[in-house]
Amino acid sequence: MNRRTALKAVIAAVFAGSLASLAIGAAHAADPIRIGAVAPKTGPLAAGAAVTHWPNIQLWAHQVNEQGGLKMKDGTRRKVEIIEYDDRTNPGETIKAVQRLATQDKVDFILAPYGTGLNLAAAPIFAKYGYPQITSTSITDKTAELTKRYPSIFFTLGTTTALANSVAGILVKLHNEGKIGNKVAMVNVADAFGIELAESARPIFKDAGLEIVFDKSYPLGTQDLSPIVKGAKAANPDAFVAWSYPPDTFGLTAQAKIEGLDTKAFYTAVATAFPVYLAKFGKSVNGVLGAGGVNPDTPAMKAYYAAHKKVTGKDADYWASPVMYATLQVLGQAIEAVGTDRKAVTDYIKNATFKTVMGPWKFTNQSIHDFWTVGQWQNGTFYGVASTGLSGAKPVITKTGW
Amino acid sequence: MDILITGVLLGATYSLIAMGLTLQYGVARIMNLANGEMLVAGAFGAFWVFTTQKLSPFTSVAFVAPGAFVLNWLIYRFLLRPLVRRAKNRGMLEVDSILATFGMAFAFVGIMLLVFGGEYFTYSYLDEPVAIFGSPFGLNRVVACLVSVALCGLLYLGLNATRTGMALRAVAVDPAAAGLVAIDVPRMSTFAFALGGAVTAVGGIVLSTFLTMDASIGIVFTMKALIIVIMGGVGDVRGAIIASLILGLAETAVASLIDPGLTLAAAYLLFLLVLLFRPEGLFGRRQS
Amino acid sequence: MTRRETVSVAMVAVALAILACLPFLVDGYLLSLAVGIAMYTVLATSWALFSGPTHYISLATAAFYGLGAYVVAAGVDVIPYAVLLGLAGIAGGVVAALVGLATLRLSGVYFVIFTLGLAELVRQIVTWVQNNLTGSRGMYVLTEITERMIFWELLALAAAVYLIGWLVTRSRLGFALRIIGNDEVVAAHVGINSAASKLALFVISGTFAGTVGAVMAPRFTYIEPSIAFSPELSFQVVIMALLGGVHRLWGPLVGVIPFTILWEVIAGRFPTQTVLLLGIAFLLIVYLIPNGVVGRIESAIKLAGRSVKHG
Repeated sequence: MNRRTALKAVIAAVFAGSLASLAIGAAHAADPIRIGAVAPKTGPLAAGAAVTHWPNIQLWAHQVNEQGGLKMKDGTRRKVEIIEYDDRTNPGETIKAVQRLATQDKVDFILAPYGTGLNLAAAPIFAKYGYPQITSTSITDKTAELTKRYPSIFFTLGTTTALANSVAGILVKLHNEGKIGNKVAMVNVADAFGIELAESARPIFKDAGLEIVFDKSYPLGTQDLSPIVKGAKAANPDAFVAWSYPPDTFGLTAQAKIEGLDTKAFYTAVATAFPVYLAKFGKSVNGVLGAGGVNPDTPAMKAYYAAHKKVTGKDADYWASPVMYATLQVLGQAIEAVGTDRKAVTDYIKNATFKTVMGPWKFTNQSIHDFWTVGQWQNGTFYGVASTGLSGAKPVITKTGW
Repeated sequence: MDILITGVLLGATYSLIAMGLTLQYGVARIMNLANGEMLVAGAFGAFWVFTTQKLSPFTSVAFVAPGAFVLNWLIYRFLLRPLVRRAKNRGMLEVDSILATFGMAFAFVGIMLLVFGGEYFTYSYLDEPVAIFGSPFGLNRVVACLVSVALCGLLYLGLNATRTGMALRAVAVDPAAAGLVAIDVPRMSTFAFALGGAVTAVGGIVLSTFLTMDASIGIVFTMKALIIVIMGGVGDVRGAIIASLILGLAETAVASLIDPGLTLAAAYLLFLLVLLFRPEGLFGRRQS
Repeated sequence: MTRRETVSVAMVAVALAILACLPFLVDGYLLSLAVGIAMYTVLATSWALFSGPTHYISLATAAFYGLGAYVVAAGVDVIPYAVLLGLAGIAGGVVAALVGLATLRLSGVYFVIFTLGLAELVRQIVTWVQNNLTGSRGMYVLTEITERMIFWELLALAAAVYLIGWLVTRSRLGFALRIIGNDEVVAAHVGINSAASKLALFVISGTFAGTVGAVMAPRFTYIEPSIAFSPELSFQVVIMALLGGVHRLWGPLVGVIPFTILWEVIAGRFPTQTVLLLGIAFLLIVYLIPNGVVGRIESAIKLAGRSVKHG
């Protein structure tokens, strides 16, 4: 056999072997509770998932198993086993992977995917097989319609309208206190979430008496944002609001620093709450507003950040990270209360109150209605400064230059 | 004036993205879809040097450039040369190299994911304003522009004033004829491919000072580079530089004067128009 | 129709009928897999209809596909879905016609990169329009369409692709295209309008890609530009078709099926190193199966034939 035929034989064998395993499917293990996880490890959303999604799964599974497992009704303890798939940020793959977990791997539970689009793509599958889908990174204004359609989906991070409302609220408050004028420069990334936020914000800002003096979009993946920032600066605004995605959140901030766009209110959306934002810009981020926020001073939250760092070696972000962790706590507590019957778990989640790192959580209409909407960097921590009914918000400060 | 300077700075950024591919595609005839991954790998090197060794990211050139050169040498020698040999004509080589380098791009993303993890990596270096004609510009972008000018100048000189350069240009024009005049075509192609990889990785170092990257972002750069190379004319360094500048200026002008939302649309439109009216690219030679 | 042709048409019809029963037998994961295979089969086969004879490699599939998906997302609340499917096909066809008119005189790599640029241009324009003119609050496609129905729609499209492909090879158009593929100069000399022939096929493949985008949109529920216009899709279609072989109508199919299954196996077994292994598997395929699966099969048949003769 020459080298080439040998190689071919090996490949053929691997191929055939894998096909066989594909057909048989994994065996049903009795003891640990098997939990599937589908999210991007590659593709456009992978970097975000690497901050917010995957480390929390690692942390939660580690903590649960360290204690010996989840404490079931009958007093036994069951560990959790996580089965991960990479959906390559492709909704077709997400659908397939969730199907695979449900019908081939026959896992006990499946964690909600990452991001709005991927979660909604998978929602019909979760609903079809009766898996609870407790989303932590989906923001949509269609919660009412979606929860009616999919009886086992849960929303926790908020709505686009609420995010826009809170930003308007903060700007109006600063304006009324005489700290800033009412001229707002608004920019948005021309991609799903950015377009939706800008669209919601326009009427809200207007009704709140704010004047939008600059309103432009830029394409996703723009490599030089200086014309945008220059344009915004030329409009001489009192506040700068960017409905931005991670790479451009960094780019806009860097450019604003360079151009000297030092409005007293400066807001960038997604990724402002990422630890790498602080690491990149250091002290100059003081006073920057962004989407999300937490109340990091509660003992639960302090313990969470410490454990996150210790177990995963990374800092958690100040928005969706603890929310994601809280959804895992919800799932864990529900399983401890009623076992692994998915119908019972779903019903339990709909009705019970949970003790989470975010404080007590009680779902109404399958959604959490109290969530953080705006946070602000103050002395190296990203504090929640506005929410829809949570306590512990810090007062907003004005930004004093870079 | 602002538009002009910003446009030139952006154009310099683009030329850093495209310069390596010009060599790889123009001389070695490999349409390398894994080019962007090389750029990201270079950027990772800079990030690592800056965050863990607390050195200037530019010091990473010391190991990134030779590393990328050797790696690309090996890739061409062992993975691509068999394709060049088995290809009966240029069309077949194009198809094969698209397929092979597409696979490589995937493999590289996987390797980078294993080695560096999946997060964003971004840092601040020279992130301060410098005034040019009274307007502030990012110092890192200005430095990038200078590096780009130096790199392009070196390449241009190297290609036009040295024997190796002349041989490279000959291969770019016609590999078969170059072989007839005692040029070692396979060797020159390997050299061009390796050099192109090294140039791309160095570009990545410079870009990492102001762009946010992650393991999966390479494809973005590959596509940009392909467009610039084709627009400039295959195998012509001047063409790629001019195309980069045109794109940079056009995008900035559209962003400043019309609507920033249309910058990329304008860039692609411009590219398509160039191709329509000058299919061989700005500096390309009409194929007989 | 010769007897052999009658037999093969009948066989294809029977195969399609059997496949149409598939959703009653399998469900869930295997059905998703089948949807994936059906989608890529339609896309790759219609792509090869154009690229096989002309040797033009088009990376514009994502442009037509994304356009189709957006047509559905924009109109799903006001226009009946069936009409939208038609509109999406027309949109794909019209854009393909415009592009074709302008570009088919480009050759080789220029055409490749042009179509790549085109896909990005269409994406940019669509998002800009969505952002500035429509006042949309996110593109939701909430329908009652199930995966089963999507599979049947795709199967119907596949049948249509094969029918058209078969008719084309039998027609003057197919003959003309084969000559163009061999030598465009010769084709021009014998009075073939090569531009029109190429254009016709490009429009066909654009129409199919647009329709497939519209068929898939309800499956994704929420349409994002970066996903609908993903360049990866264009590349994947090209690769599957080339792996199978573009000179036979059934070529892409034998590329799509093993490719999808192999990727699935890798994704399932090595979830943490999926991309790395996909890349390596891919390289191995390229190096070991240089002429596509069709080439392998045909040389195997030839070999078998020879050994029979000798035996």
